[in-house]
Amino acid sequence: MTDPVPVSFTVNGRAVSVPVEPMRRLTEVLREQLGLTGTKVGCDAGDCGACTVLLDGAPVCACMVPAGRLEGADVETVEGLAGPDGSSSALQESFLRHGAAQCGICTPGMLMTATALLRETPHPGAAEVIDALGGVLCRCTGYRKIITAVMRANDPVPLAETPAAGGAVGARVDRLDGRPKVLGSDVFGADAWPADALRVRVLRSPHHRARFRFGDLDAFTAAHPGLVRVLTAADVPGRNLFGVIPALADQPVFAEGEARYRGEAVAAVVGEDAAVRHLDLESLPVTWEPLDPLLDPEAARAEGAPLVHAGRPGNVLARGLVRRGDVDGALSDPDPDVVTVAGTSSTGFVEHAPIEPESGFAQRVGDRIEIVACTQAPYMDRDDTAAILGLDPEAVRIIPTAVGGGFGTKLDLSVQPYVALAAWITGQPARLVYTRAESMAATTKRHPSRLSARVAARRSDGRLVGLDFSGMFDTGAYASWGPTVANRVPVHASGPYQVPHYRARSLAVHTNGPPSGAFRGFGVPQSAVLQETLLDELADALGRDRLDFRILNALEAGRPTVTGQVFAQGVGIRRCLEALREDWTRARAEVAAANARAEAEGRPERRGVGVAGMWYGCGNTSLPNPSTIRVGLTADGRVRLHQGAVDIGQGSNTVVAQICADALGLPLACVALVGADTDRTPDAGKTSASRQTFVTGKAAVLAGRALRDRILLRLNAPPDAALALDGTVLRAGERSLDLATLAGEADAHGLVLAAEETFDPPTAPLDENGQGEPYAAFGWGAHLAEVRVDLDLGRVYVERLICAHDVGRAVNPTLIEGQVEGGASQGLGLALMERYVPGLTEDLHGYLIPTAGDMPEVVTRLIEDPDLHGPYGAKGIGEQVLIPTAPAILNAIRDATGVVVRDLPVTPDRLRAALRAPLETPA
Amino acid sequence: MPRYVRARTLDEALDRLAAGRWRVIAGGTDVFPALADGQPGREDMLDITGLAALRGIRFDESARAWRLGALATWTDVRTAADLPPWFRALKLAAREVGGVQIQNAGTVAGNLCNASPAADGVPPLLALDARVEIAGPGGVRVEPLAAFITGVRRTTLAPDEMVTAILVPDPGRPGASDFLKLGTRHSLVISIAMVAVVLWRDEAGAIAAAGVSVGSCAPVAVRLGALEARLVGQPPGTDLAALVHESDGDALSPIDDVRASAAYRREAALTLVRRSLARCGEAAA
Ligand SMILES: Cc1cc2nc3c(=O)[nH]c(=O)nc-3n(C[C@H](O)[C@H](O)[C@H](O)COP(=O)(O)OP(=O)(O)OC[C@H]3O[C@@H](n4cnc5c(N)ncnc54)[C@H](O)[C@@H]3O)c2cc1C
Ligand code: FES
Ligand code: FES
Repeated sequence: MTDPVPVSFTVNGRAVSVPVEPMRRLTEVLREQLGLTGTKVGCDAGDCGACTVLLDGAPVCACMVPAGRLEGADVETVEGLAGPDGSSSALQESFLRHGAAQCGICTPGMLMTATALLRETPHPGAAEVIDALGGVLCRCTGYRKIITAVMRANDPVPLAETPAAGGAVGARVDRLDGRPKVLGSDVFGADAWPADALRVRVLRSPHHRARFRFGDLDAFTAAHPGLVRVLTAADVPGRNLFGVIPALADQPVFAEGEARYRGEAVAAVVGEDAAVRHLDLESLPVTWEPLDPLLDPEAARAEGAPLVHAGRPGNVLARGLVRRGDVDGALSDPDPDVVTVAGTSSTGFVEHAPIEPESGFAQRVGDRIEIVACTQAPYMDRDDTAAILGLDPEAVRIIPTAVGGGFGTKLDLSVQPYVALAAWITGQPARLVYTRAESMAATTKRHPSRLSARVAARRSDGRLVGLDFSGMFDTGAYASWGPTVANRVPVHASGPYQVPHYRARSLAVHTNGPPSGAFRGFGVPQSAVLQETLLDELADALGRDRLDFRILNALEAGRPTVTGQVFAQGVGIRRCLEALREDWTRARAEVAAANARAEAEGRPERRGVGVAGMWYGCGNTSLPNPSTIRVGLTADGRVRLHQGAVDIGQGSNTVVAQICADALGLPLACVALVGADTDRTPDAGKTSASRQTFVTGKAAVLAGRALRDRILLRLNAPPDAALALDGTVLRAGERSLDLATLAGEADAHGLVLAAEETFDPPTAPLDENGQGEPYAAFGWGAHLAEVRVDLDLGRVYVERLICAHDVGRAVNPTLIEGQVEGGASQGLGLALMERYVPGLTEDLHGYLIPTAGDMPEVVTRLIEDPDLHGPYGAKGIGEQVLIPTAPAILNAIRDATGVVVRDLPVTPDRLRAALRAPLETPA
Repeated sequence: MPRYVRARTLDEALDRLAAGRWRVIAGGTDVFPALADGQPGREDMLDITGLAALRGIRFDESARAWRLGALATWTDVRTAADLPPWFRALKLAAREVGGVQIQNAGTVAGNLCNASPAADGVPPLLALDARVEIAGPGGVRVEPLAAFITGVRRTTLAPDEMVTAILVPDPGRPGASDFLKLGTRHSLVISIAMVAVVLWRDEAGAIAAAGVSVGSCAPVAVRLGALEARLVGQPPGTDLAALVHESDGDALSPIDDVRASAAYRREAALTLVRRSLARCGEAAA
């Protein structure tokens, strides 16, 4: 390290003078030395723009500005945007009102970039905003709301909605946790640490598969002043295994003897901050012996292939099956009226790429350990970490930070065991922030898929008769959520249609790839690609309109699903498809006219339009998944909502509060949130499977109503009495009670009147043929994509997306639109650009996710077909939104060009090759 | 322990370079991402951003060339008001380098010195016959860009030399230029292929000289000499795209990588050349 030199510069108008290591990044100086953690770090490589600050007025990536250059510089950060009194600027207010911040991790970078633009162009057009924001990635929003917020920043910002009692559900209220996100004061995993925290870094396998041996680690530690410890498997006091499905836990905290994938942890160094930062991890005494890896599931299935895990013969982790009717009979029916189409598809690893890398710290508090980190599943983290440390679950406290995007990847443990072990063993707090490459290499991915299917329908009446599906999923080196994918896919591979004869088989196969886990949709986006594109081919073969064909076959209440489940209500797929009809007709006409013009003018450009449908079960597949909510009143007249559902940007903090406020009958403004904390908030389950609005929301209804009943009883008021809070005075109709007088009755949570309720959606197990009631409710949806294809270059431009979703009840339309736009952008990425190749694309310039200019206008059409179980009829939306996008885009590409490409992503070279293929086939 | 020095004068910088091994750092947008992930830097760093003399873009009468100081950023190129219209290719490239953040920090000279096959600055400057001004212990030398970059991340720069400017000659005749970049997404994208076309006209409007170059399809961006020769003499109104032959692609040696296949690159590059010629032809006709 270079000796620190003093530099003097101004930050947000304030003169500062600090000693800096001259090659230290400005981000680190701001965050670590000046405590300005509003500037975020997503990559340290210029790729994400989250670190954008204004340097002498111009936006730059602070991660690439050496501190030695700062003398005399003028630096502006997000902390400088608010007024001196802390009031947010017009731009910040506009972000809040337009729902432009979801998780909020990209927000500071967006705000700073936009600030520079708005100084020169106070009322920019969309193209100018896209140009300006092109250097900042957002994984949550799909950018459209950000673009709107910037365009309108200098218009009068509309006032926030403040619904009266009973009016919260359905209102476009600001995200309740939104203000700190736009102020840059929200605390994410990397944003807080005790001053005396040691730093942890993890040594990972550079090989897909390798045996390894350590040299003298003690001598290494002794030779490096400031280094406290090198941790390995030998230091794990409890079970050196973890996994989200306890019975299948197979992933070691530190590999023992053999690493099974590139990126697997083998050791961790713990020590003083500077010593660990400056340590060259490659100097650790480790010898590697690379072994032949299994990188392909077909190879892993081959006779005689080595086993990734002894005890999992054939490298099979899990299988799934749903069978109904006689699919072989139906598909081999010689009746000429039956038309069959068949096809295959494939997808690769897809990386979640949350802009926040995994990060957090742990501290030992007596005989307990506290872990403060970003996560989607606090209680699961608690139990798994306890087992690793050999402690009771109660001895572990998980305090989730704000989460800068998750999408499924933060369901699995990441930094938790390393910081916990380091803190437990050294007795000092310990922190760890994954680098981008580490985050990409080490954490879970979307399952690569190889799918095949045949589907048949009758020419005479256009009815589907059968679908036979089989899918092989590369589940990577460890189990993670592989079985969940294997189970979910066969239930969903029919799409939201009536299919009398059905068989769907799935297989999750181990390889030496990164562990495949949960990613928005658990395998269903992959299967929808094949199933929905085949439906288009089938409609064409039958000579039927592609949308009408889907409407004709759409599931309905009273008709059995492929698992034999019959819903009496809440089946909204038909309405979703019908909501696209007008656009379908318009777009078809526009496309035909545009293509005729292009053809006449000899332009190598074609337009196309495609639709795809989707269904998705809310909650765990045929497994209990309860949520508990506690709500109560404090003696000082606040409603306190103990809401343990981690808000990863999707909005559960806001939605659950809206629901609870209405159930209770008090205005939303009275409600104060108590965030997730395993010591304080009851278990609201994991944030996955689109379950938080549906399951936790329902628990919030029950808890809100129970509290209301308790109040009415206590005040002896009639059941229809309206509640009001007036300072500490609680009124119910004519009756009133000063809560201050109850101060002595406060419970352990400080609540004087409280209720706690649990909801577990009713499901029934699937039998050996996959028949049963896997979910209490499904969400339904359909997307329409309009694309333009550059025929000569094979480049696809998505020009518009129209997304119809049956959400049962739109609790907060702004948040739902945000989910739709964000999910659609991930679907677009899946379709056109995202492909993770271990060892090759471990950064955000090799691995491409959509930028602002890649996202078209998104029109959201919300359908409200209420669900009996859901809170106020609401259903899940978080994953539903992603599923139909890719197949709609593929269908639009085929509509434009006539070629079918189902090997994703459809990169320009792949599409061009497909477009050439007919030319190159000899006549 | 690696050192860091922020030079105050060119002489100081050159003295340092003469005295030891330094990594020059300008905008840092290639230097920082190249630091091994999460690992400490191991090279001594010579920061040249304090050398005011290397800033800016101006016309150098004696050299009859536009002089882009080594610290001229992509934003400087993009926003320079007084550049002649035939700078369009470089201006278009400047708009497509990274995002605003990268354009504000990254220098054109850094782009050339970094010598990536995918450097967007190289094809336009190659087609414009740019030269590189290099200072070292022995004084200043000027070298054609075509000779300066010798391979993937290799240039003729000696360890004790640094680039002080890029010189773009003004041939004193009307010209037009164009740049097209192909990537898999809208912004922040490493080019699959990119092309630059420069056409100079004589008094009659015929093409007097032409520059056509292709990047990301060979270790170093390539000029399509045979095509350039075919273009010369073409009168206004010619369908220039039709002059491109399939065999013009033989000058390229693309590779397969995660971004695209080699075969695709070759074909796409020629498609871009045709389009760029058409655009350029229209602009200058
Ligand atoms: C997110 C991101 C996106 C990018 N997008 C693009 C893109 O679209 N197209 C593209 O072409 N590039 C792109 N780049 C690469 C980079 O921004 C450019 O190459 C830029 O022009 C480099 O300039 P710099 O001043 O930052 O160089 P630096 O990083 O400072 O230096 C680059 C190299 O040149 C040397 N060097 C710099 N100046 C001199 C000098 N005067 N004399 C001698 N040696 C010198 C350095 O020692 C180093 O080896 C991108 C980079 C990032 C981080
Ligand atoms: S952290 Fe600087 S660009 Fe990503
Ligand atoms: S809100 Fe942009 S990354 Fe989450």
